[in-house]
Amino acid sequence: MTKTYSMTALLLMLAGFLSVVGCGPKADQAAKDGQAASETEQTGEAIESARDYISVVGSSTVYPFATVVAEQFGKTSDFKTPKIESTGSGGGFKLFAAGVGVEHPDITNASRRIKKSECEMCAENGVSEVVELKIGYDGIVMANSKKAEPFKVSRKDIFLALAKEVPDPNGEDGTLVANPYTTWKEVNPELPEVKIEVLGPPPTSGTRDAFVELAMEAGAKEFAWIKALKKEDKDKFKQISHTVREDGAYVEAGENDNLIVQKLDANPDALGVFGFSFLDQNKDKVQGSFVDGVEPAFSAIADGSYPLSRPLYFYVKKAHVGTIPGMQEYLTEFTSEKAWGDEGYLTEKGLIPMPKEEREKYANVAMELIAVSCDEL
Amino acid sequence: MIKSTKKSVVGSSASSGRIKAIDIVNKGLKRRYRKEKRFRLYGMLSILASVAFLAFLLTSIVFNGYSAFLQTYIKLDVPLEAGMIDKQEPGRSDFQGIIKSAIRSYYPEVTERQDKRELYALFSSGAAFQLRDTVLSNPPEEGTTLSLWVLADDDVDMLMKGHMKRDVPEGSRRLNDKQLRWIERLEADKRVEKRFNTTFFSAGDSREPELAGIWGAVKGSIYTMLVTLALSFPIGICAAVYLEEFAPKNLATDFIEVNINNLAAVPSIVFGLLGLAVFLNFFGMPRSTPLVGGIVLMLMTLPTIIIASRAALKAVPPSIREAALGVGSSKLQVVASHVLPLALPGMLTGTIIGMAQALGETAPLLMIGMVAFIVDIPGGFTDPAAVMPVQIYLWADSPERAFVERTSAAIMVLLAFLISMNAVAVVMRKRFERRW
Repeated sequence: MTKTYSMTALLLMLAGFLSVVGCGPKADQAAKDGQAASETEQTGEAIESARDYISVVGSSTVYPFATVVAEQFGKTSDFKTPKIESTGSGGGFKLFAAGVGVEHPDITNASRRIKKSECEMCAENGVSEVVELKIGYDGIVMANSKKAEPFKVSRKDIFLALAKEVPDPNGEDGTLVANPYTTWKEVNPELPEVKIEVLGPPPTSGTRDAFVELAMEAGAKEFAWIKALKKEDKDKFKQISHTVREDGAYVEAGENDNLIVQKLDANPDALGVFGFSFLDQNKDKVQGSFVDGVEPAFSAIADGSYPLSRPLYFYVKKAHVGTIPGMQEYLTEFTSEKAWGDEGYLTEKGLIPMPKEEREKYANVAMELIAVSCDEL
Repeated sequence: MIKSTKKSVVGSSASSGRIKAIDIVNKGLKRRYRKEKRFRLYGMLSILASVAFLAFLLTSIVFNGYSAFLQTYIKLDVPLEAGMIDKQEPGRSDFQGIIKSAIRSYYPEVTERQDKRELYALFSSGAAFQLRDTVLSNPPEEGTTLSLWVLADDDVDMLMKGHMKRDVPEGSRRLNDKQLRWIERLEADKRVEKRFNTTFFSAGDSREPELAGIWGAVKGSIYTMLVTLALSFPIGICAAVYLEEFAPKNLATDFIEVNINNLAAVPSIVFGLLGLAVFLNFFGMPRSTPLVGGIVLMLMTLPTIIIASRAALKAVPPSIREAALGVGSSKLQVVASHVLPLALPGMLTGTIIGMAQALGETAPLLMIGMVAFIVDIPGGFTDPAAVMPVQIYLWADSPERAFVERTSAAIMVLLAFLISMNAVAVVMRKRFERRW
């Protein structure tokens, strides 16, 4: 009797548990929707139950820079130090766009520009005015151990070495084969006879997205027929240029860049992909590879001659400026010359500053709080 | 055992042609002994392996981390000239500027702009705050010279601790040859010293390794654990006592029991999602606070505590219950005065396990915003806070070399916290323990 009971119980439990798990995200969404709906009536009340510190979410790439500014701001002003969460660019926009009010973050950091869909999501939830601020550039480097010779690759080499499918080396234009290359020498006779082994971030990482776009896509465009494909069949083009091989030549080494540096130190044949600041901090262990003949140095990234660099942004909820204490002052601190200038403290942390005119432009945007329009994106 | 030896003696003396049971036993005896020996060896080997792994882990952590308990300081003479300190509001003076002029007066030969920048980089940006604290707590006379041990920059700290080599080519280290010469001069004047790193135990997080401390995270962990304990211990024990002692055995309680057992095995991130949906979005509780963190971890530890508590209740001999009932106690009296005290040590063990699990958890906290950069030290349950494992994770991910040793040091602090938490529970358990 007990046996049948417990069997039934087990089944019931399984069903119950599955339905709970299945409902999880939906319930989450429902709660959010409900909140968004009641938001309109409650906004005033919500803001009254004040939060006296700035809440920042967003990209893990911008995190090391935003935290430095936040700390400096907290120490030199009478305001509390802003709280900064590292949620990734996409996750940051999700939280940011959820609504206006103290329970939602004031600022989100991003290692890419806001997407049109994200901007529209903001507008739907009552976040009507969003101020876009570009803070500088971040370089993505390929590096190897100092025990080996520095690598000199082109973006075309990177594409050929790492793409899942490459143009058939013996066939006509338009034919693809699974990536046949096993050593760098096969890719380009000028490169050393070393097995292709690249340690890089997983697909969830913004660094990976940028690396694929800046290095592989650009490399793929060296082939005229692939370049032509971009106009004719965008999906096919993306599939060719954005798919990284999965046969072990590209090793997903996790989000922790320190770990990649350690692994490179232990394996002189491997190359690693990570942010410039990690190269800067580990100059004794690793060296940057030349890409298209340019070494990843501070000046080369700043003047744009090094090809693998991307802009970094953060986005501000205009409705919160004036409601959350210290918002305007935080923006002023971030956009001051002593922070993001050529010799500012952010450059010491590895941020590549924008040219002076661009800095002036965005400092003005921060002062005037000029909102970005979704149609521009 | 004794019987069998006797039999074997008898058996061997009466050696007849027939195959006796005892001969079969004797034949297999050697093999059985060998089997037992082998099993013991396996057992010993597995213990040895786990001890070796543990020792390796601990030594590597201690070896990497012990140097973080020391920090390099540089002695700086700060001449306070007239007008440098604001008379009305001393706290608003330009302390950064005073520190810079003090540095310049020690190195009068440095005049180039770029060189000056490289020179200032040897000193921590925290030096200005140190000076500010000194001036504010003990306002000095104008015209005096303060002799102050200020924090060195993390690069200098790494150099002094030998994590940065001096004899490698200039391009391979963060400090250039010029900066090395300046440091050598400081060393020759005996102005560089490694001291106990009090900052590490008193400060919150920082992006400058020399200013970063674990105290903010320790306090965050304390608050979070208090919430978890205050909720999960009473709820867990009440649930266990009711289910074990009072609840009727039927389909509903079976269903609950199976559910509890399964919840104990649910990946912790699921509880984070639940916390996000229910506590943050539905109840509108504040993000990134120990209050919500504690509640989410409570959900995670409850099954563990309930299961362990029920096992402890089951282990109380029925004779105790029967004796108490026999002298006329009510059901509640039996449980409250006889069963519960005897089961409490086992319940405490379950609570320790649950709390230890909760202490090391980061995944559910990610969803409710506790994986964050928080500088201010939390002062209550609704202040934003991080916890120790989160701090370790954030530091392990930081590019600065000096965070490597701090990560290991933070792990040591976490272990010390865990051990002291367990010690309290062990002492309490010993006090309640009763043998018969």
